Amino acid sequence: MTDKVLTANRLSDGIAVWLDANGHWVEDLQEAIVARHAEAVASLEAIGKRDFAENRVVDVAVVEVQEQDGKLWPLRLRERIRAQGPTMEYAAGYRAADPAFIAV
Amino acid sequence: MYRYDEFDHAFVSSRVEQFRDQVGRRLAGELAEDAFKPLRLMNGVYLQLHAYMLRVAIPYGTLNGKQMRMLAHIARKYDRGYGHFTTRQNIQYNWPKLSDTPDILAELASVEMHALQTSGNCIRNVTADHFAGAAADEVADPRPYAEILRQWSSVHPEFSFLPRKFKIAVTGAERDRAAIQVHDIGLHLKKNEEGEIGFAVYVGGGQGRTPMIAKKIKDFLPEEDLLSYTTAIMRVYNLHGRRDNKYKARIKILVHETGAEELARQVEEEFSHLQGTELKLPDADIQAIAAYFAPPALADRAEGWPQLAGWKKQDEAFARWVDQNVKPHKHPDYGMVTISLKPIGGIPGDASDVQMDAIADLAEEFAFDEIRISHEQNVILPHVALADLEPLYRALVAQNLATANAGLITDIIACPGLDYCALANARSIPLAQEISSRFGAAERQAEIGELKIKISGCINACGHHHVGHIGLLGVEKKGAELYQITLGGSGDENTSIGEIIGRGFEPNKVTDAVETIVDTYLGLRTSNEETFLEAYRRVGPQPFKEALYGDAKAEAA
Repeated sequence: MTDKVLTANRLSDGIAVWLDANGHWVEDLQEAIVARHAEAVASLEAIGKRDFAENRVVDVAVVEVQEQDGKLWPLRLRERIRAQGPTMEYAAGYRAADPAFIAV
Repeated sequence: MYRYDEFDHAFVSSRVEQFRDQVGRRLAGELAEDAFKPLRLMNGVYLQLHAYMLRVAIPYGTLNGKQMRMLAHIARKYDRGYGHFTTRQNIQYNWPKLSDTPDILAELASVEMHALQTSGNCIRNVTADHFAGAAADEVADPRPYAEILRQWSSVHPEFSFLPRKFKIAVTGAERDRAAIQVHDIGLHLKKNEEGEIGFAVYVGGGQGRTPMIAKKIKDFLPEEDLLSYTTAIMRVYNLHGRRDNKYKARIKILVHETGAEELARQVEEEFSHLQGTELKLPDADIQAIAAYFAPPALADRAEGWPQLAGWKKQDEAFARWVDQNVKPHKHPDYGMVTISLKPIGGIPGDASDVQMDAIADLAEEFAFDEIRISHEQNVILPHVALADLEPLYRALVAQNLATANAGLITDIIACPGLDYCALANARSIPLAQEISSRFGAAERQAEIGELKIKISGCINACGHHHVGHIGLLGVEKKGAELYQITLGGSGDENTSIGEIIGRGFEPNKVTDAVETIVDTYLGLRTSNEETFLEAYRRVGPQPFKEALYGDAKAEAA
């Protein structure tokens, strides 16, 4: 089974977030708690449902990741872009995504 | 331009307060997402990959300096310092907080703007020729009719729960600059032999996963019947449009499945009940609305002619900008200016808050405070005296807004794509940037001439790739991006859907493929005057297939 993390968007501001080991929603994928077996994934899903019902987050999803050089790397391009932001310089003061991380 | 009356002000303000209450209850947990989502969509608030997205309506793409300044202010205060102008003449903000949206909408309301009906299964922004009221070739100004349609369609009790979204476009010249034939309803404003004003009515155009060219169902609809007839179309659609399958719910499918002739008959029958009812447009009402769109008092500025000639002689870059970005105006001493939002290597359609403020200032100083947004994601100043072009140009240069590429290969339309959009399969912006950089040299662009590249990051075709001379559609294949190329599309009065040329290209091969296509065109054109589209329509896809794929079979990806 591939490793999985739980992701969503924060209700108040829509920012993409991931569930960390303390049960908090954080903006950095690298701090996400990783589920490595079925029961852990089930827990993630339950927490996701609860936090959606408690109006903390919306659009909850379980996404696949793998660990590469100590970093969590989502398998889907879409999720890598979600983790890093737009892949070009798009606004003053905001960095573009890291091309090496985004690459297929 | 149209100004809100008391009713409009009261209506928009109360909608803002209603939404503020809804947002407050949502954030407090008193309103669940299932109930809230349709409400936020009715106010133009989407959820995308990274954040919410707010789509603000710019009715038929028309706004003034004060409104543009407010758009800049919102970008600065509530977002990340920029906005994105869209292929439906609206603006999108990519990073608003839900908790801020009521304040954003209140600020917009203070300058007579809103985000109503920019989402959902309702009638969306009525778009119009961005050169309306100014173009030398215009028969009649489409904007009063766009405004009439806007008022009629706003919170229409019968048409707020359609099978799907509904898009109307209006053009007022023989040249179609509003792409009416790929809209649900396209209206071609014209005069009959008696000189009376009316419309040719097209129905069932659209792009997306099943691109279709609209069918003309009425040659000449008298102007007084505009609302009666449009209501008739909407009623037939509302009644018979499919609600069983989201992908078959647009009116284009209904036209296709019913047949244009039968559909026209159904519309005529419904229309027969509506003609002469309260939907008839009294001449006085049309005149009252038209008065809002009276052209500015354009003083003769004949000194502009020799001045312009002199400036052009002195400054080659300025001359190129005038030749490419300034089009003939009704008044000979004036021109229609395209402010390109496609800097070489830049993000198509984006403008920073600083740039928006600058455009507002320049509109007030040089352009009678009138600004348009085109569906090609550029800004238009429709009334600029030739005598003012040079100082305007200098100011635009200072803001990186003077790219002389209107209609050229680097004037690319691109949707936000996978960099922003939750629906996307592939990115479009980096591709646009790469193509723009490859062809950025002024001489190369001039050599190539008019060539409209349009890029969509998914089958929903928000980048209008189906009507690009070169269309690029991003798809996902085995977890990676792949781009299909279509050729020969066009959104003008001779609308055509682009043809898929063969199997798709990997991201690092697309720009080379575009270059191969361009070089092939340059090699086979009959003269410098034959455009890419003309050449393609003359020779067809074969030379391009051979150039791209050689002798190998070029089955589509």
